[in-house]
Amino acid sequence: MAEFEPIIVAFVCNWCTFTAADLAGTSRLSYPANVRLIRVMCSGMVDPKYVIKAFLEGADAVLIGGCWPGDCHYINGNLKARRRVALLKDILRRFGFEEDRLWLRWIAASEGNLFADTIKEMVEKVKAIGPSQVKTKLVA
Amino acid sequence: MLEYARIEKKDGVDVLEGLRAFLASLMENQVVEAVMVPTRLPYKKVIMQTLIRDPAKLNGVDPLAPVVPTNSARFAAQLTHDETGRSLALVMRPCEIRPFVELVKLKQGRLDNVLMIGMDCLGRYENDDFLSLDKGETSFTMDFYRSMRDGKAAARNNADLAEACKACEHPVAEGVDIRVCIFGEDLDKGLTLEGVTQKGKQALSKAGMAEGQRPGGREQAIQTLLRERTSFRDAWLKEMRERTRDLEGLMDVLGNCINCYNCRVACPVCYCRECVFVTDTFQHDSEQFFRWAEKRGMLKLPTDTIFYHLTRMQHMSTLCVGCGQCTSVCPSDIPVSQLFRSVAEGTQRLFNYEPGRDVKEPIPLGVFYEKEFEEVAAGK
Repeated sequence: MAEFEPIIVAFVCNWCTFTAADLAGTSRLSYPANVRLIRVMCSGMVDPKYVIKAFLEGADAVLIGGCWPGDCHYINGNLKARRRVALLKDILRRFGFEEDRLWLRWIAASEGNLFADTIKEMVEKVKAIGPSQVKTKLVA
Repeated sequence: MLEYARIEKKDGVDVLEGLRAFLASLMENQVVEAVMVPTRLPYKKVIMQTLIRDPAKLNGVDPLAPVVPTNSARFAAQLTHDETGRSLALVMRPCEIRPFVELVKLKQGRLDNVLMIGMDCLGRYENDDFLSLDKGETSFTMDFYRSMRDGKAAARNNADLAEACKACEHPVAEGVDIRVCIFGEDLDKGLTLEGVTQKGKQALSKAGMAEGQRPGGREQAIQTLLRERTSFRDAWLKEMRERTRDLEGLMDVLGNCINCYNCRVACPVCYCRECVFVTDTFQHDSEQFFRWAEKRGMLKLPTDTIFYHLTRMQHMSTLCVGCGQCTSVCPSDIPVSQLFRSVAEGTQRLFNYEPGRDVKEPIPLGVFYEKEFEEVAAGK
């Protein structure tokens, strides 16, 4: 059987984490191709519905990438995102959904290395957890 | 200024009539312009919330009847969200006052010109059960309180109090101006009104009420009830937690949900003006259904059921007061309230938040702080 290749949906903020992903690319850093990047203007605009939807559509993990606290282009969008993620994690945990499938990380525009390392680390962790139960069970 | 006022049963005038007279004198003495209060209507003899402007129309008023046809927090918000300058007394139960306080925080209602009158609450029957027990007679209301006073079970003729009520740890109204004290009272003799705030105490004296005193057995009656309710609640929530330990368990509970969204309509704290689940976002293209079916081999219809419930949990679980109206309106008999309270238990603890506790306390998703939840972004 082929090795399990997780699908990771990443919502990355235009100003920091997306730019970091861009930097990783232009710096010719390599990281696993498991990640599907979705550029958003701010981590604070990631509606929890997007995350729930990604999981229900079969994503094995979701990453939300934003600017470090204090660096948000919109002053505090990342802090709002953090509160929402804390809440969503609590709800998902309640139904036995592995917490390690939802990641929130601060990655600045200059941190191309950190972006590549984060994706590597994430793929490794999610491989260890295994495929999401949503994919194998009828969940609608 | 009256801290306690007494409504005495005498000369064949019972406590209900005493309460009506009290509300009438609030209006006649210009304490308030109008009253929102549950009233028995001529049609079907049901009890519904009513807005009464004319003291002569108070004769059907029955806030004691053990039924809450629908949570009136939404009505209170509708009556107060514009600055009308009109003064209003709201006669509500704790499970209606607490969500109203949440709606006030969300700027969907105001407390400015409100005289809040809170009922002690022994619980409610489901609407159908109430109609079959009550048969349009006020005598059922008094029979109910007599049997509860005598420590008898509320269950009768295959009808029982709503489960949400049996699990409710808020039988006493908080954040009110006047409290209608039922615990520790014998309604065949009378009942006591407690002026809780300055405004409430003034209203009692302006209405010319007779002075009373704190009902003797009140504390003990409340403590006994709270013990019963919290032990029911703990077992009830534990049962649901165990049943929905994984997504399959959740699917099993929600398996017969038909996406009617009644629970969202009945919910007093589902605060969105327009629910996203009825917008075009969820009018999927025909092609989309085939793609979903292709991916998984089969597709349950209606779609988006779990999506809807998880989203609702994210939106309102921190504000859930456990009124149980969602369960009451579910055509598929899904224990919605038990499920949502079992989630709310965790999410409210996360933010150390209790809905309805204090109107000055901001809702969890309305604020954020620099130093908090740092572990969430650190992968710990």
